[in-house]
Order: sequence, then structure tokens, then C-alpha cells
Amino acid sequence: MNFIAGVFKPPCSVLISLADGRTRKQVPIKKDNGQTVMLPLFQSQETIIGEVLVEPTQGKKFEHNGIKIELLGQIELFFDRGNFYDFTSLVRELDVPGELYERKTYPFEFSTVEMPHESYNGVNVRLRYILKVTIGRNYVPNMVEYQEFVVRNYTPPPPINNSIKMEVGIEDCLHIEFEYNTSKYHLKDAILGKIYFLLVRIKIKNMELEIRRRESTGSGSNTYVETETLAKFELMDGAPVRGESIPIRLFLSPYELTPTYRNINNKFSVKYFLNLVLVDEEDRRYFKQQEITVYRLLED
Amino acid sequence: MMINGIEDEDKWLAEGIAAIQHNAFYMHRALDANNLREALKYSAQMLSELRTSKLSPHKYYELYMRAFDELRKLEMFFKDESRHGVSIVDLYELVQHAGNILPRMYLLCTVGSVYIKSKEAPAKDVLKDLVEMCRGVQHPIRGLFLRSYLAQISRDKLPDIGSEYEGDADSVMDSVEFVLQNFTEMNKLWVRQQHQGPGRVREKLEKERSELRDLVGKNLHVLGQIEGVDLGMYKDAVLPRVLEQIVNCSDDLAQYYLMDCIIQVFPDEYHLQTLETLLGACPQLQPTVDVKTVLSQLMERLSNYAASSTDVLPEFLQVEAFAKLSNAIGRVIEAQVNMPIVGAITLYVSLLTFTLRVHPDRLDYVDQVLGACVKKLSGKPKLEDQRAKKQVVALLSAPLEKYNDAVMALTLSNYPRVMDHLDNETNKVMAMVIIESIMKNYTCISTAHQVEVLFELIKGLIKDLDGTAADELDEEDFNEEQNSVARLIHMLYNDDPEELLKIICTVKKSIMNGGPRRLPFTVPPLIFSALRLIRQLQGQDGDVAGEEVPATPKKIFQILNEMIESLSAVPSPELALRLYLQCAEAANDCGLEPVAYEFFTQAFVLYEEEIADSKAQVTAIHLIIGTLQRLNVFGVENRDTLTHKATGYSAKLLKKPDQCRAVYACSHLFWVDDQDGIKDGERVLLCLKRALRIANAAQQMANVTRGNSGPVTLFVEILNKYLYFFEKGNPQITSAAIQGLIELITTEMQSESTAPNAASDAFFASTLRYIQFQKQKGGAMGEKYDSVKV
Repeated sequence: MNFIAGVFKPPCSVLISLADGRTRKQVPIKKDNGQTVMLPLFQSQETIIGEVLVEPTQGKKFEHNGIKIELLGQIELFFDRGNFYDFTSLVRELDVPGELYERKTYPFEFSTVEMPHESYNGVNVRLRYILKVTIGRNYVPNMVEYQEFVVRNYTPPPPINNSIKMEVGIEDCLHIEFEYNTSKYHLKDAILGKIYFLLVRIKIKNMELEIRRRESTGSGSNTYVETETLAKFELMDGAPVRGESIPIRLFLSPYELTPTYRNINNKFSVKYFLNLVLVDEEDRRYFKQQEITVYRLLED
Repeated sequence: MMINGIEDEDKWLAEGIAAIQHNAFYMHRALDANNLREALKYSAQMLSELRTSKLSPHKYYELYMRAFDELRKLEMFFKDESRHGVSIVDLYELVQHAGNILPRMYLLCTVGSVYIKSKEAPAKDVLKDLVEMCRGVQHPIRGLFLRSYLAQISRDKLPDIGSEYEGDADSVMDSVEFVLQNFTEMNKLWVRQQHQGPGRVREKLEKERSELRDLVGKNLHVLGQIEGVDLGMYKDAVLPRVLEQIVNCSDDLAQYYLMDCIIQVFPDEYHLQTLETLLGACPQLQPTVDVKTVLSQLMERLSNYAASSTDVLPEFLQVEAFAKLSNAIGRVIEAQVNMPIVGAITLYVSLLTFTLRVHPDRLDYVDQVLGACVKKLSGKPKLEDQRAKKQVVALLSAPLEKYNDAVMALTLSNYPRVMDHLDNETNKVMAMVIIESIMKNYTCISTAHQVEVLFELIKGLIKDLDGTAADELDEEDFNEEQNSVARLIHMLYNDDPEELLKIICTVKKSIMNGGPRRLPFTVPPLIFSALRLIRQLQGQDGDVAGEEVPATPKKIFQILNEMIESLSAVPSPELALRLYLQCAEAANDCGLEPVAYEFFTQAFVLYEEEIADSKAQVTAIHLIIGTLQRLNVFGVENRDTLTHKATGYSAKLLKKPDQCRAVYACSHLFWVDDQDGIKDGERVLLCLKRALRIANAAQQMANVTRGNSGPVTLFVEILNKYLYFFEKGNPQITSAAIQGLIELITTEMQSESTAPNAASDAFFASTLRYIQFQKQKGGAMGEKYDSVKV
């Protein structure tokens, strides 16, 4: 076994490390296999500095056609799996073709990298950033090593943030007026508001506020829309009467939300909706959906 | 169906309890391990059991109490930050992540309690948030219990004067706002429960609702206990808000209960100062609300308050409590058109009780109440409802009881007008009450006017009212009633003869209409009353000399004559006869010979014409003899006529023994043991001899008819008469005659034909013993008896 193992053993080991790897914030990301890994966190315009350590196996020399490191921003659509669309691609040549006898470190730097999109792991789409080291080989496949990292971009509080206020109803049956304090929420925000009952002629059993995420991918006839309900939050128990006003206070932090993504590179969008649902005693549901914008506020 | 329903409910309750216990177990484990996340998870699951809709309030309460106990443990855990490492502010947010509202709110209240205690935020802010967030639970039972939980945990944390949560100047107002809001919301939920579910039985719903009422009422209790709620705040902030809620909820059950709550919970002093507001709400309540009980309670409390100290009385005057209450009652009665008459009267009774206790000096108030009652009753047929009648009696009795003075009632112009609305029977009951009051308190009715009013009040007893069938009356009741009237007549008195005469005339006028059954009861007391007046006049002889004085004995005697005449016409001759004799005697004392003679004549006429019964005759003749004996006003001629008549009738009695006794009684007519009394020894002897003859004849008659001559009693009786006159010094009665009589009796007794009789033997023996005694005594009397041999 050792013999065979020796044949296919990679001729060298590659290790990508970041200069501030120890201090940089790491965030947990769920992998496809369900495991959670910790990945370093960046934001756009950051400079990524690090080094690549290449060490030939057991001191043997090995030849290569050159070593390079790339920073890639990729969008992968699941209906088109394996096909990556790179919206960002930066390359640094680390070494010219030659032979390598011993361990060698190559420092690299991508300064003020434009990373406009956030990492995202959705139902039908994934957006990720990777550092990719390629060691070119003759006759045999190139050696490739990846280091994934996460990008999150922060937005300042929006200057204009209107409330959502609306009167809806079914004629002679149910009229309500609802108000959400704003239309844009950051991820740790709370939705405040109230529902005012103008007319109630049906026997309501309860009322919920749902947070729904709509992820649409592709375009044209190939559009795929996936809607998930992330939160079901009971606002009211029992039947109100006319004139009753029910408060809303829903904290967003327990839910795994992302910011709203609009038309990322013409590939996908992620939008959030508040869905107010009234259920009557015969389990009929009356609802009204409103889009909200979610953004990421820089935390202290 | 119902049984199954109950069984099912028990099952559901058992399941609910089991689930609570199950989750509580895991919650305890989490608490022991200081694991906040798990503790929240299991407590939320536990609280989810309270989301059931299947239980009646009673059973739901059981479930609630289980959860309540568990929440205390959770609260202890929340309180200790070192155990869970989360600041209270974060914890307050954390529990709000729960998806279901009911567990979320219970947890929030629990954390809120800790939050207030930590003082990291002003108590008022936390309370305001909690009470606001509770709006999310709109289900009546679940909402009520949740808010009751909120009330419970906040109770000791309300910002108040002297409490550790006291904040700035407005802090008490914050507490009040909080409690009021919780109260308002709870009441809304409670009222709404009435309208839950179509297929439910109304009675069952009402029962369930009354089981829950204390949850709502507790808020008012809390308000009542907040130190900082002073009169000003109560007046401006608390009461108007509470009343607004009560009026607006338009639910009779709630309105009645909550009005009662207000009255019981807040101090009397506050009620007094806010009477107008409080009363203003009453007419606005639903017509089905038992306002009268509410108002009665209020008035009772206020009158107790008034009774507690004299210092508070000025307050009552200052706020014009009576006028306000009176107005309110008027308006309530007006507003509630369907209120049965008994309800209205009950209200008046309460008002009357109130005024009697608070303003005992204001008779005009009493009259006013009665007047209002008259107004209510007027235009309606006489009362039929038993309860209403009872209330009217209570209404009319109250002043009597209070003042212990029926005269006072006579000054109330509306008193008789209320009585007019009673049916005959109740009228009589009321009349009896009045009389009893007079009797009990020895009230003296001293003017003719009062008497007139009084007799108008009790006219039910004085005469037959329309529509009373005589045979319906119970004999015993009737007698009792009439005896009461008789007693009443004795209570009418005035020291001034003129007034007294007026009184007598007034009474006479009334009772003369009483009919044959009443006169025998009512005439005698009046006669004696008049006789008393006569004696009084006689006593002050010198003063009545004036010509103009109407109250002369002569005049009174005329009246008396009239009255007795009416009695004899009834007919009640025996009674009339007695009264004639009484009057004759009185006339005698006044020295009015013709009057006395007239009375005697009347008596004899009655005897001749009306008294046929032999026994009655005996009694009558003895009365005549007795009276005649005492009269000294007659001249010789008149006296002769009368004594002659008397002796004549005596001898004409039917039975011999009666004859005998009457005749020997007549002997006294000729021997009046007075200084200037008549002393006609001869005629005395004649009478006695005649009596002896009759006795003898009786003896023989008995011998013939029965075979024995009967006892010697008559002889012994005559012997006693002999002894009497002998001792009085009648010269015609000699010791020899006595001796002879004794021997006669002795012979008779020894005769075989005489039936032995222990009584007459003893009688004779004592008589002999008396003679013996007199002999031995010596002196003049002893000498006199010396010749008598026994």
C-alpha cells in the first residue's frame, strides 16, 4: 500500500495562510455536507495579504510550469452545477516555471479588492470567494489548492426609511390597517408596528407575521423562484373586535437573514417579505405581503 | 351530552396538567444546570398548555395555577444573573423570540417583574410595555388570565408614595394609568366572553362569566390600595375613567358587578365627594342592571359612614348628598321604564333609610321621599305585588321606627297619600304598625288635628273599606285589630279640656262609621276618655265658670248619650247598659241629677226592652243596684222611683235563688253607710224578710221537684246580710231575729231532706265562728252580740 500511495502522493504540499489569520474575525459557514466550518471574514476594499507555502514531498525536487494565485468571486447556479461564473478574477504570478527543491514561501497581496457581492449560500445559488493557488505541471494535471473566505458588506443606515402603512380588507368582512415602523431593517433590528382592526365580521382565530425569503435565479424562461418562510411569529391569539389595536414587535436576530440582494450580476436576487396572515375559525387564511429591505449594519 | 362534556373536560384538564408537569420537570433540570436556553424552551412548552380552548374558566384556573407556581421558580432563576449570564435587558428581548404569543407574554411578564426589581429601567416604562404588549391576546379567557397574571406580578411593584419604585412626581399617575388600562382591557375581554361561540347556552356562559368576575374586580382593589390615589386624583382621573368603561361596556353583568365593586373598594369619603359623578352613571346603565341594589348599597355605606362620626356630617350637607341621591333615584326610575314597581319602592326605602340616619332632623326630606313615591304610584292601580306591598310597609314603618314618634308621621303630608295606594289588607297591616309604634313608645297624640290625620291613616281599621267582604275577615285578627284601636283611643290626651273635647269629637266622628262590629270595641274607650275629661273638669270646678267654655260636663254628657245610644242600636245592650251606669255615676259626681236620672232611665229601658237572657238580667240588675246604691244626687222622689224599679225587677227574676240574691242586695239601697246616706231600717228589713221568703220558697220548690231541698247557702247569705246591718246599727235588725235565723239554718241542715253540701256547711261554720269572735272581742260590739246564742 505504501508503495502505491507513494506513486500518487502529491509531489508537494500547498498551504495558503493569511497575514492576519490569527486575529481576523472568522464566521461559521455551513458546508454542503452539513458541517460548519469557520472562515475568515472580509469586506470589499480590503487588502488581502498572505503567503503560500509550497513544500516538496520528502525533499524531492519537482518541476512546475509556474505558480500563481487567483482571487475569484464565483456564482454557482445549481441548475447549472459545476459551471462557475466568475465575476471577479485577480491573478498574481508567484513563480516562473522551474524546479523546486525545498520549501518555499511566496508572499502575495491583493490590495483594496473590489468585492461588491456578499457571500451567499442559498437554495439554488451560491456566491463565494476563494483564493486559488495553481501549480502548473507538465503531463499531469495541475495542482490546485483553495482557501475560501467570506465577504460581508456593511451599509450605513439608509437616509430615507419610510414606514409601511396600508389599509386592506375584504368588503363587509374584514378591514384592517397595519403599520410597520420602517421599510428597511438591519439584521439585528426589530419590526415594530401595529395592526388596527377597522371592521371584523369574521371569527378570527389568530394572526401571524411571517418573514419570507424569495430567491430568484436565472433569467427569462429559466427563472427559478424559491420561497422560504423563515419566521412564523404569532401576533394575536383570539378574535379581536372593531377598534382593537394589536402591537407588533418582532426581533430579527433569531432568524438567519441576509441582506436583500437585488439582481446580483444578472444571476440572482434575494428579497424579503413580511406576510401578515389572519386565520379564521375555519382555518381560512387572509394575508397581505409587503416587501422589506434588509441591510447589514456595521456592528461595533 | 352534558355529562360527556364534563368528563371530556376532566380528561383534557388531566392531560394539560400532565403536560405541564412533564415540561416543568425538564425546566427544573435546566434550572439546576443553569441552562438558560433549555429553561426557556421548556418553560415555553409548558406555557403552551395554557393555549387550550377546551376548558371552562373553572378548570382553566386550575391549569393556570399550576403554571403560575412553576413561573415563580423561573422568576427566581431569572433574578440571578450569575446563573445564566445574560443581562436583564437582553433577557427581556430574548424571551420575546418565542413564536407563540401566549407563552411569550407569560415569559415577558415574568422577566418584566425581575426587570422592575432590578431598577435598570423605570418601573413605569416596563409596566407600560407589558400592558401594551398583552393586547396581542384577544381570547377572553386566556387574555383575562394573562392580564390577571400581569396584575399579580406587578402588584407589589407599582410606583406609589413610599414605595421603592417611586419615581418622579407623576409616578402614582403612572401606576393608575397602568392599572386602569389593564382593567379596561380585562373588562372588554370579560364582556366579550358573553358573545363567544354561537351554540353555547346563555346560563352556562353567565355562570362561567361570574366565575371570572373577581379577576376583573381585582384591578379596582389594587386601585383602591394605591396610597397615592388621593381624593383629587380619584375624582379627576380614576373614577371618570372607570365609570366610562363601565357605562360603555353595555353589559349588565359587568355593570352591576363593577358598580358594586367601586362602592365597596373605595373609601366612603371619596364616594361622598364624588356622588354626582357616581350617581350620574346610574341612569346610563343597561335597563336590566339591578341599579336599586347598587344604590341601596351605596346609601347604606354612606349612612354607616355618617353614623361613624358626627364630624363627617357637615360633609354630607356640604355636598348636598340627599338632594343628589334623590335626584339620581328619580332619574334611574325614569330611565328604567321596565323596572318593576317594587324596585322603585325599594329604592325609596333605601333613600329614606339614608336620610333618617344621616339627616334625622330633616323631616322635610322624609316627606319629600314619600312624595316621590306617591308620584310614582299615582295613576296606577293599587299594588298587587306582595313584595311591593311589603316594601311600602317598610317605607312607612321606617320613620316610625326611627323617631319612635307617630306624631311625627302625622305631620308628613305625603304619608297618608302613600297609604292610599295600599290595598285594604296592607293598609290594615300598616295601621297596626302605626298603632303598635304609638303603644310601644307611649306616644301621646295631643291635638284634634293630629287625631284626625291619624284616624285617616288607620281608617282601614276604623271602618269597612270598599271591597272588603266581611266574611273574609278572620275573627281573631279582627278582634285584635279592634282591641288595638281601643288601646289607641286611650293614648289620645291633652291637658287642655277644650282640646281634649275636640279630640273626642273627632274620634267619635270617625268611629261612628265603624259599623256594628267595631262599635263595641271602640265606643267604651272613648266613653271612658270622655268620663275622664268630665272628672278633670269637675276637679277644676272654679275655672269652668265662664259661659263661653264649650267643654262643660253637660255638653259632654250629651255626646256620651249619643254614643251609647248608637251602641244599644248595634245592638249591644249589655255593654250599653254598663256604660249608661258609668255615665250616671259620673253625672252623679258632677251633681247633675237630671242627667244621672236620664242615664238611669236609659239603663232601665234597655233592661226592659233589650236584655232578655236571664243570666244577663241577673248581672244587669246587680250592676244597677250597685250603681244606684252609690248615687246620692237624687231627690227622694227620683230615688224612690228608681229603687222601686230596681227592687221590682229583682223580684221578677226568673230563678228563685237569683231573685233572692237580688232582693237582699236591694236592701243596701235603703241603707247607705255614709254620714248623710239614707238609713231606712224598716225597708231594709222588709227586703231581707222578702229574701227569706223567697229562699224558703226556693227550698220548697226544690224539695218538690228534686226530692231534696238543696243547700242552705241562701239562708247563710241572708244571715250575713243580717249581721251586716246588725253591726251597722239598724234598729230593725235584732239579735232575736239573728238568733231565729241561725236556728232555722241549723234545723234545715239537720233535716233529712237537705242535701249535705260541704261549701255551704263551711260557709255557715265560718259565719258562726265570726259571731263567736265578735262576742269574745268584747267592747260595744261584743255587748251587742251578747244576746245571740250560738
